[in-house]
Amino acid sequence: MMGKRLWSWLAVVLGGIYFLLPLVGMFDFSLRMQRGGYSFEAYRIVLADTQFQQTFGYSVMLALLTIVLGILIVVPTAYFVRLRFPGLRPIVEFITLLPLVIPPIVIVFGYIRIYNTSSILPLTGSWWGTNILLVFGYATLSLPYMYRSVDTGLRTIDIASLTEAAQSLGSGWARILAVVILPNVFVSVLSGAFLTFAIVIGEYVFAALLNVNSFGPYMVWMGGNRAYEPSALAVVAFAITWVCMGLIQLFTRFSKFSTVRR
Amino acid sequence: MTTSAAILPSAVRPRQALNWFGVAPFFLFALLFLILPTLNIVLGAFRNAEGQATLENLGKLFSPSIRAAFWISIELSLLTAALGCVFGFFIAAAITLGELPRWLRNAILTFSGVASNFAGVPLAFAFIATLGRLGFVTMLLRHWFGINLYGLGFNIVSFLGLALTYLYFQVPLMVLIITPALEGLRREWREAAESLGATGFQYWRLVALPILWPSLLGTLALLFANAFGAVATAIALTGSSLSIAPIVLFAQIRGDVLNDPHLGYAIAFAMIVLTAVANGIYILLRLRAERWVK
Amino acid sequence: MAFLDIHHLEKSFGAQRVVKDFNLGIEKGEFVSFLGPSGCGKTTVLRMVAGFEMPTSGAIRIDGRDVTGQPANRRKIGMVFQAYALFPNLTVEQNIGFGLRVAGEGKAETRVRVAEMLELIGLPQLGNRYPFQLSGGQQQRVALARALAVRPQVLLLDEPLSALDAKIRVSLREEIRRIQRELGITTIFVTHDQEEALSMSDRVVVMHQGVADQVGTPFEIYNRPATRFVAQFVGTLNLLDANLLDAAAGRIGLGDVPVALNRTLPGRTGDRVSLALRPETVALGRKEERNVVLSGHIAEVHFLGSVIRIRVAVAGQLVSLDTFNQPDRPPPSVGTPVEVSVSDRDLLVLAA
Ligand SMILES: Nc1ncnc2c1ncn2[C@@H]1O[C@H](COP(=O)(O)OP(=O)(O)O)[C@@H](O)[C@H]1O
Ligand SMILES: [Mg+2]
Repeated sequence: MMGKRLWSWLAVVLGGIYFLLPLVGMFDFSLRMQRGGYSFEAYRIVLADTQFQQTFGYSVMLALLTIVLGILIVVPTAYFVRLRFPGLRPIVEFITLLPLVIPPIVIVFGYIRIYNTSSILPLTGSWWGTNILLVFGYATLSLPYMYRSVDTGLRTIDIASLTEAAQSLGSGWARILAVVILPNVFVSVLSGAFLTFAIVIGEYVFAALLNVNSFGPYMVWMGGNRAYEPSALAVVAFAITWVCMGLIQLFTRFSKFSTVRR
Repeated sequence: MTTSAAILPSAVRPRQALNWFGVAPFFLFALLFLILPTLNIVLGAFRNAEGQATLENLGKLFSPSIRAAFWISIELSLLTAALGCVFGFFIAAAITLGELPRWLRNAILTFSGVASNFAGVPLAFAFIATLGRLGFVTMLLRHWFGINLYGLGFNIVSFLGLALTYLYFQVPLMVLIITPALEGLRREWREAAESLGATGFQYWRLVALPILWPSLLGTLALLFANAFGAVATAIALTGSSLSIAPIVLFAQIRGDVLNDPHLGYAIAFAMIVLTAVANGIYILLRLRAERWVK
Repeated sequence: MAFLDIHHLEKSFGAQRVVKDFNLGIEKGEFVSFLGPSGCGKTTVLRMVAGFEMPTSGAIRIDGRDVTGQPANRRKIGMVFQAYALFPNLTVEQNIGFGLRVAGEGKAETRVRVAEMLELIGLPQLGNRYPFQLSGGQQQRVALARALAVRPQVLLLDEPLSALDAKIRVSLREEIRRIQRELGITTIFVTHDQEEALSMSDRVVVMHQGVADQVGTPFEIYNRPATRFVAQFVGTLNLLDANLLDAAAGRIGLGDVPVALNRTLPGRTGDRVSLALRPETVALGRKEERNVVLSGHIAEVHFLGSVIRIRVAVAGQLVSLDTFNQPDRPPPSVGTPVEVSVSDRDLLVLAA
């Protein structure tokens, strides 16, 4: 009994060292820009960099668009599959898992081949096209997480009864989805959304290969040309990831609380 | 009575059509941005520049440099998947079965959620800041213990460095996936085994591990694919000095090296095959291992 | 000294004392039930005997040897759990053979023993099935066979029938008892179902809040409950408020009706007490050997089929009694004045 606890603590402590050291190292390094003491100089420089402001804002924009697109695609699908097409379920689930199997770099390679300037749909030829392609690509990457979250959320509510109740009051499909179903799976959708945000905000491969100047390529460029700023950027990115995950936890807990009260 | 019977079918038909309208966007989206692009790559791998069927592209995969790149990638992915499984398993076992305080379990699970998503460029920066030439740990070891890591041949821009970095997202992913499986092990199974005279080791060998086997294999395959497709971390860490398959493909697509798109197809195709095989093995073994579950 | 000897056993979880000064001796081959409401500590005692839980203090001896600190896997104790706990990855045969396998028993002997056990539980055809392919009752039989295959010194069953349907519960409890007799194995059977405990056991231990209130044969427990809790928990019972008029002469007052019990009672004159009597000891009308007669009127009549339960209001309190259904005689109607009679020996006086 005693030995068991000892081994467990040992595993946790060793794991803790491995996982905390890079965070400490990254933070320590980001503060060392000025010789002879710690300072926030690297952060000041990064935050003041117009490139940073531009690319970061751009990536936030992309992330938000991806989330909206993901919701528009995933929520109706998950809903109709549960309610009307249970037979489609295996196919849909298989498709949503594909992005975990096919490496992202392969997917973007396919985009470049299919949607290049000499194809029927030359998306990569224009600024708009490229960005649309990128958002759709990000929606693909986040599909497994988004679908899983929403589907789990739908499982906990009785969508058949909700739908019938809404229909008996004369609601149409779009209205049912927007007014009845979406609020009920709001927390699940949010979980998927924050995860999507964390994935998209620093994404590099899609952006670099589609020649889009977003936050990911900016970070890589900084990594190649500066010493201390990359660490500051890494701290910022890590903080964003934490906030996203923390918000997921918070909302999940909040929803449990509210269902208990109900 | 008769009127409602006459009205119903016509009212149902457009509704079913409407239902299809609800799922159609998804299939269109999947077709355009997932399936067709992948299919294009797969077909392209078997065509030459003139569009004729050929196996020539696949043959090029066996040139020494590309074969070496794949080999390193496979080694790296296998190693980090296996180590990720082992270490992640220990941590998950510690927080589920190890009689640790509850808050610690929750803290570790939350952290794993963050760390498994903290991949890509920032992760590489964190490791450079820690184990790079001027990194935190490198300096710490030099000043406090007189150990010169780089003098001993270590380099963050190496197979070992990359493996160490990949483990940072592999281990937490394993923790996240395997913890529920471990929590599914019922206390009575262990007690039944004990009362029948089994040692802890015998319980794990004959009962717990066989029950966990499908989850373990599944996670191994997932971690393999996860590492195999990880490009951003590798590029940010090594530039393109370490030649692993996804970096070679990246360079191919960028046209940095010889501009032969069909070799790119072949590399991409081989990557799909490898991750698909990993997942296929998993599904097969899982079906076999789960004979005893409904 | 008894074969299984539990000596001043105590168990606390944090500040909560779950088992308090538990003493019990079980003879070889005896079938003892722990009966008590959920949460009273039955499982905890059982788990300490099995070695899954360390007692806070006290000792457990089996066959004269102190096993208190011995790990579970060396105690040679068979355990059957409420939720079957069969290993899902092993077939029925492999489950039953598990104990022999880990003990390093030979393949041939194992096969023979497994076949023997399958025969014993009456499932010789099902050896190759997996647990999920069995019904609950079958799974529990297999769990029993698995526990018995290693020839344990003691068999422990923790509410093994609670998860089953009523019908299977009855047939399986008879089967467990038959197998226990056949093998002559010392057995502790935990249950919260008094009918199970009374019908199966050589002796019953009635537990209440971590304490063994009474240990005795089913007959003693039912007819001579030692405490108010035992009296109430086991069987249906009439509990009437009374006060002691004369302890030495054995007279009590039921409201303002005096009742003579003709035996010396514990306690002091004037004490408030409870008068306990089983419904089946009360008869409608005067009966020869029932020397206590009370008058009142019919308050309720419940027709239960073969039995009719009648409640009679006596001195402002209700007394339940059971009569058998007689097709040619309908039960009395509510409000009818009646007399009920009972033998003074069947009137138990318990502390209020
Ligand atoms: N591991 C434990 N930690 C804390 N309290 C426990 C533990 N096991 C049992 N208890 C408490 O001990 C009491 C007796 O439990 P148990 O022996 O399982 O009762 P029974 O089997 O009679 O229903 C209960 O109040 C229960 O909450
Ligand atoms: Mg219990």
